Amino acid sequence: MALLSKKDTNLILDPLADNNPITIQVLGICSALAITAELQASVVMAISVLFVLGVGNVVISLLRNIIPTKIRIIVQLIVVATLVIIVDQVLKAFAYELSKTLSVFVGLIITNCIIMGRFEAFALGNGPWKAFLDGIGNSLGYGVILIIVGFFRELLGSGTLFGIQVMGDPVTKTGLYSTGYENNGFMIIPPAALIVVGIIIWVQRSKNRALIEEN
Amino acid sequence: MSTKRLTFKKRLHILKHRYRGKKMAPAFNAFHTFLFSPDETTHSGSHIRAADDLKRTMNTVIMALVPVLVFSFFNTGYQHYSAINGFPENFSVIDHFLTFDNFWLGFVQVMPLVVVSYGVGLLIEFIFAVIKGHEVEEGYLVTGMLVPLIVPVDTPLWMLAVAVVFGVIIGKEVFGGTGMNILNPALTIRAFLFFAYPTWMSGDKVWVHGAVERAGTADAISGETILGYLAQNNASEYSYSVSDMFFGFIPGSVGETSAFLILLGGLFLVFSKIASWRIMLSAVIGALVMGLIFNGVVEAGWIVEGSTFYSLMNFEFWQHLLVGGLAFGIVYMATDPVTGSQTNKGKWIYGFLIGFISVMIRVFNPAYPEGVFLAILLMNVFAPTIDHYVVRGNIKRRMNRLKQATVYPKTTDGKAKELKVETI
Repeated sequence: MALLSKKDTNLILDPLADNNPITIQVLGICSALAITAELQASVVMAISVLFVLGVGNVVISLLRNIIPTKIRIIVQLIVVATLVIIVDQVLKAFAYELSKTLSVFVGLIITNCIIMGRFEAFALGNGPWKAFLDGIGNSLGYGVILIIVGFFRELLGSGTLFGIQVMGDPVTKTGLYSTGYENNGFMIIPPAALIVVGIIIWVQRSKNRALIEEN
Repeated sequence: MSTKRLTFKKRLHILKHRYRGKKMAPAFNAFHTFLFSPDETTHSGSHIRAADDLKRTMNTVIMALVPVLVFSFFNTGYQHYSAINGFPENFSVIDHFLTFDNFWLGFVQVMPLVVVSYGVGLLIEFIFAVIKGHEVEEGYLVTGMLVPLIVPVDTPLWMLAVAVVFGVIIGKEVFGGTGMNILNPALTIRAFLFFAYPTWMSGDKVWVHGAVERAGTADAISGETILGYLAQNNASEYSYSVSDMFFGFIPGSVGETSAFLILLGGLFLVFSKIASWRIMLSAVIGALVMGLIFNGVVEAGWIVEGSTFYSLMNFEFWQHLLVGGLAFGIVYMATDPVTGSQTNKGKWIYGFLIGFISVMIRVFNPAYPEGVFLAILLMNVFAPTIDHYVVRGNIKRRMNRLKQATVYPKTTDGKAKELKVETI
């Protein structure tokens, strides 16, 4: 017997492409614009959201039958806040420099629409295993876009990947810079992320025409 | 061989028919249309016969730009040699400006920009026409000529190419091509260059040919624009006379310097009814009003000499029109019929705010000594909103007129019945 049934596999694979939280549901755009100037920050953000959403979905799913409907948003907030504080403290303890780059955006995972959205839409109505897979799938879908955007923005904007100069040194003019190439300052500023995300959406929809809305 | 005697036009025509219905058809059609007038007529629907099509409109604007382009050749050379040898005393236009050396240097420097702009831009248009299977539109003809005129002369060609790719795809094609774009493509290209490569787009080195490569050597030269100089040094004196500014013997982007030729081009566009005189006039008024306000602040003594914005505020209000890209932007960019306001009242508001905001950005943001492209792009975004409210206002006014003219039947209690106005 396979480890995952077909339905379970879809829970993970759907959000990666045809039901991607960023490019299809257009959720979590705020952080995708703010922290993707560097690839490292994108990866850490993706992992943080993976943890928060994976664990959070399970917790909410386990509690789903005892949470009074009227105060469910408050309960959800408490769960996210707890998990986000754990992530924040771990980052501060083990990767202080990085946590300074990410600054408020780790704390703002609380307000990431993807998380509350999955709690509401999925975890409240499904068992813990399914909720866990859904959480993993959605945060992976989020993370993939973050990493793609981060890759292009850091490569074109700073000429580095994970802080390593892959195109040569812009100051001493080695590598590609000796030909007169220069870093593109536009890629550093957040509007560039909006355009990169837009291009990803464009490419995705021209590959899969079923995604194009009729109007 | 009988085909030997065929003219180029005829051969292209045969080629076009052979490819009809094939994937590459739009590319051949475009090439044919570009060189000759098309032999097809509209097949369906009602249509009128008019002398001015899109191509003729575009060509008229190009004609208005040619004097500016030719002037830019001379000025590029003049600025370069003057920066090296010193500005001539007793300047005479014939002896010092209209020389072959000046022309040739400018020609060699500016023509590559024109070629790259057209080459890359039209290539993208062709590719998109083939992918989407529609005919190539002439929209890039004007953009391709505007772009080299609004960049500094030493802009590296690859940067220009990257910016043109970005501007044409993101600024125009994603919205559906010519006629559908929200932002002026030429200004999108300029804005991209400014934010992507600021060291090549501002400062005191880029405006005169050769200043960048000579920087740091014994032969170093520099040439700041008047606005850049005022913003940087907070000085009230600069070495150019008003007639220099008016005729354009000053450093600046390739084609923006000569207010005189731009004025002639503008008049030509107004009299050929290609560009809107309302937008031009109101933009000039807007710039003058903002300039007057700043001059008034200085007069009133609300700002002390030597403080940050003093020198730019003290700059004579009407001279704002002569320096930088304001004149060029008002005549050739703000009047773009696609991205500007469509209604007459809207044009007044749109133009006024372009002039007003341009001068405001110039004075208040030392990081952007030139604010024209930002002001026009901003107003491009607002143009549909302005039009919307103008149209709504018209509807409301006419409804009121209708209501007053209508005699209502009296109701039983003697009061007139209200007519309900359906909102549209």
